[in-house]
Amino acid sequence: MDAIGLGYLAAGIGAALTIIGAGHGIGKLAAAAMEASGRQPEVAGPVRTSMLIAAALIEGVTFFSLAICIILATK
Amino acid sequence: MQQEAELMAGSAASDTLQAAAAHAAPHGEENIFAELLHHVQDAPKLETPFGYLYLPQFEPVEILGMSIDFSITKHVVFLWFAAALLCLTAVVVARRIARQRVPSGFSNMVEAMALYVRDEIALYTMGARGLQYTPYLLTTFFFILLMNLLGLIPYGATSTSNVNVTAGLAIIAFLMIQASAIRAQGVRHYLAHLTGGVHWALWPIMVPIEIIGLFTKPFALCVRLFANMNGGHIVIVSLIGLIFLFRSYLVAIAPASFVVGILFLEMFVALLQAYIFTMLTATFMGLGMAEAEHDGQGAHA
Repeated sequence: MDAIGLGYLAAGIGAALTIIGAGHGIGKLAAAAMEASGRQPEVAGPVRTSMLIAAALIEGVTFFSLAICIILATK
Repeated sequence: MQQEAELMAGSAASDTLQAAAAHAAPHGEENIFAELLHHVQDAPKLETPFGYLYLPQFEPVEILGMSIDFSITKHVVFLWFAAALLCLTAVVVARRIARQRVPSGFSNMVEAMALYVRDEIALYTMGARGLQYTPYLLTTFFFILLMNLLGLIPYGATSTSNVNVTAGLAIIAFLMIQASAIRAQGVRHYLAHLTGGVHWALWPIMVPIEIIGLFTKPFALCVRLFANMNGGHIVIVSLIGLIFLFRSYLVAIAPASFVVGILFLEMFVALLQAYIFTMLTATFMGLGMAEAEHDGQGAHA
């Protein structure tokens, strides 16, 4: 396998690992938020807002890493 | 520097897509994925039911050693269209509410959304100070929402799926975040926060990290909006591409019904991303202001 093939492989594996991490993180976040609003429905609104902010921050980091994968694949 | 990185990421993304599309049909078939992707990407022409409408193109202008292309493209037209539509909607709705007192129908919907942005975003994140930044947040929210939604009507284009548009929005958000922080804390406290409140021996490490931290927030805003709006379109292109790949009417049923589902999801994403962009900008502004409340040497986010 030449260097370019290895680069593509690295980009693909990197993207997959990124998505595993982001999916795990956002999944845990959503589970905790739903549990919280199930136990205390009266704070469901603020919990949802904080959940969305945290999810967006995780997503932002994910996109950073995906951008690295994309740059790797185009080199 | 920030800008170049953003633009690089954007062009790299579209290059990858074209490279992927080129690989998809290796055996001399017509390159259907590349053909379909042209409808998602920026183009110097508008698509209308009666054929293409070519837009005026200009030679790149040399400014400070950079060549800047001021040509009007599809995304530029829809950016202007969204801006004009936003002005028109805002004026009409404001007049109607002023006349009726109790709004109904469309103006009621706009009022409910505006109230949500004021109460749940501006006042929630910044307290009473949020009121003076509400006009900016309202403009951001409705402008992004309109640009996102214009991409979902037939022959439309999503301006926010262009990284240059989202970079522009992120630069404005960056300026607003810094300006509101300086206004609330004063220049001295603002600069003191860049040291992180640590011993002076650590400043050579701390100050660059804090400065990078200032730029990563709007950079993440830019990439998030761009990637989310682009991602949905590429899923649709890939699903529609399946029909052409299999060349069968029977196969068309499954991708077409999937595409309908994804289009509904995209309507939700259009609203969600406008909300997330506004909410995060307000949160970052609120963080900068909250630091004014405690003493300049404390821990902070």
